Amino acid sequence: MKLSKSLLTLSCASALTLSSNITLASDSVPLKVMADALHIVLDSDRAIYTKKVVGRLVKKDKVIKASEHFIDDKSLPLPAQMFRMGSENVADRISSNPDINFSYSLQSLWPINSQNAPKTKAEKEGLKYIADNPGKNFYQKEKLGGTTYYTAIYPDIGVAPVCVSCHNKHKDSPKTDFKIGEVMGGVVIRIPVDG
Amino acid sequence: MMIITIIYFSNTLMNGEDKSVFMPGPMTDGHHQIGIACESCHENSFDDREQILKTCTNCHGDERKKPFDSHPKRKFTDPRNADRLEKIDALNCISCHVEHQPDITQKTGLTQPVDFCIHCHEDIADERPSHKDMEFNTCASAGCHNYHDNRALYTDFLIKHLDEPDHLKKALLPKREYSSILDEVATYPHAKYPIQSLTIEDSDKPEDITSTDTINQDWLLSGHAKSGANCTSCHMQHNDDTSAATWNNKPDHQACSSCHEPEVKHFKKGKHGMRLKVGLSPMTPAMSLLPMNKDHMDNELTCNTCHPAHKYDLQVAAVDTCLECHNDKHSLAYKNSKHFELWQTEQSGLTKEGSGVSCASCHMPRLNYDVSEWLSRVMVQHNQNATLVPNEKMIRPVCLQCHGLEFSIDSLADKKLIENNFVGTPSLHIQSMDLAKKDLQRELNKNNSDE
Repeated sequence: MKLSKSLLTLSCASALTLSSNITLASDSVPLKVMADALHIVLDSDRAIYTKKVVGRLVKKDKVIKASEHFIDDKSLPLPAQMFRMGSENVADRISSNPDINFSYSLQSLWPINSQNAPKTKAEKEGLKYIADNPGKNFYQKEKLGGTTYYTAIYPDIGVAPVCVSCHNKHKDSPKTDFKIGEVMGGVVIRIPVDG
Repeated sequence: MMIITIIYFSNTLMNGEDKSVFMPGPMTDGHHQIGIACESCHENSFDDREQILKTCTNCHGDERKKPFDSHPKRKFTDPRNADRLEKIDALNCISCHVEHQPDITQKTGLTQPVDFCIHCHEDIADERPSHKDMEFNTCASAGCHNYHDNRALYTDFLIKHLDEPDHLKKALLPKREYSSILDEVATYPHAKYPIQSLTIEDSDKPEDITSTDTINQDWLLSGHAKSGANCTSCHMQHNDDTSAATWNNKPDHQACSSCHEPEVKHFKKGKHGMRLKVGLSPMTPAMSLLPMNKDHMDNELTCNTCHPAHKYDLQVAAVDTCLECHNDKHSLAYKNSKHFELWQTEQSGLTKEGSGVSCASCHMPRLNYDVSEWLSRVMVQHNQNATLVPNEKMIRPVCLQCHGLEFSIDSLADKKLIENNFVGTPSLHIQSMDLAKKDLQRELNKNNSDE
């Protein structure tokens, strides 16, 4: 029984891959594909943290708080901080691995900390584009500090009640009427390119 | 003549411990003790800028991470900050803390113009209207903002400590707990030295070593004998790379490391022990820039100086030992202070343990230290520099145990009050708490208007 089951699985898998020409890996990956793939992982990880950890324990079960000064408050890091700590960790690890190079951050037209407002031309254009065109991503090349980057900006949607309620209530938030499902900012991914 | 000069300089370069004749300029107060050992910063090359940055983190690495640093390196690695790095290279310590240039060095060791904050924060008046009329050379005023350590000054922290009285009702310093943690400490050599009280029959010194009655008596009464630390646990030392340990009559600070690792590590970071960290002879009062007692100029500073290993009297170590050497205005004024009064009443058993304030209470405080990610214990901070400059670093581990935050900020900003060792009350007022109150009001107003 067990042997036939695994044989069946194996034949289905090979049939699928052979028939639809899905390439599971290739020698070079287009920039857009790499950026899109990274974004899916970053977005999913943060969404899980926001819903399954913060949303559940803070909003639903009310057993712990989430706050900016989470070490002093003995509370949960905010989803944006979880995201940023990840990107800082990536920056540390990448410095010892020359084959992989990328960076990512969260930016917004309505940031709580004004340091996260769009700075470069691509960021300003991109954030406006994704806010005006729901469901679309923004891709552009830009030169910063002598290096050219492939910059991809993805809409950052408020997926959980805690996203919008916290931002709307925050004393430093310039926008106080976010709704669930609305674009709250953008994930900016940068990959350095030659030339 | 020429030949003599060449011989002199090359001899100093190769063999001399004091290479100060080669220094292009004097060092800052922080590093002058180790200035003669060029290789402690420069290692093998005077040209390698990248390598110099690494040596900073050898000693200062722990403080350059969150939450101790508001501007860690990670803040600046994103490419969007490339233009800012062109104005000021915030990735490298020496961009703002260069040595050997006394003309541009300020008291805190800063070698940039004091208003450098403007490079990234020029729009601050837009976000914080209260800052509209403040000049950029006042950002780092006492009680306002520190580039690195803002743990006692961030707005939410101020708000948490609003309306606190000058003296808290419950005013006690943390108690020791090392002995109770001993069971959990993974690095303690349990197999060889089980945690049990030792008797003179248990002492394991080699046959050919003679002890004295005093030594035996002292050791037996000490916490060392009571926790199973035998003669060989300190006196058998590995010299350099030899694998065999040999008996050492006068073990150095390395011997203490096997059980007191965090304390030794921090001792070597501060002004008492930093020479030991770079392999120089121990510090003596004669080498210090501060006023010291003439009679003790050549006392060498090691672990045993303040608390000898056989008989360590920690009450003596907390005040009297300090005052044996330190001879500055603040130290000389200590015995006139309320803090000393409290210390005396605690010592005579009239008040609770932890109610007195010794030199060590402020300058080597007991704090909750994260030994690892899963263990924290009360540790005495042996880096006496950790709470000194900027002095707001003293607020959380020390002042807040007994005093309100606003009172602490005001007191630490009053230089005269510090000099006379806090006899009296602060004569100035820092507006940090007032601004935090206004900010809280802004939040409440905002939430009220939404309803």
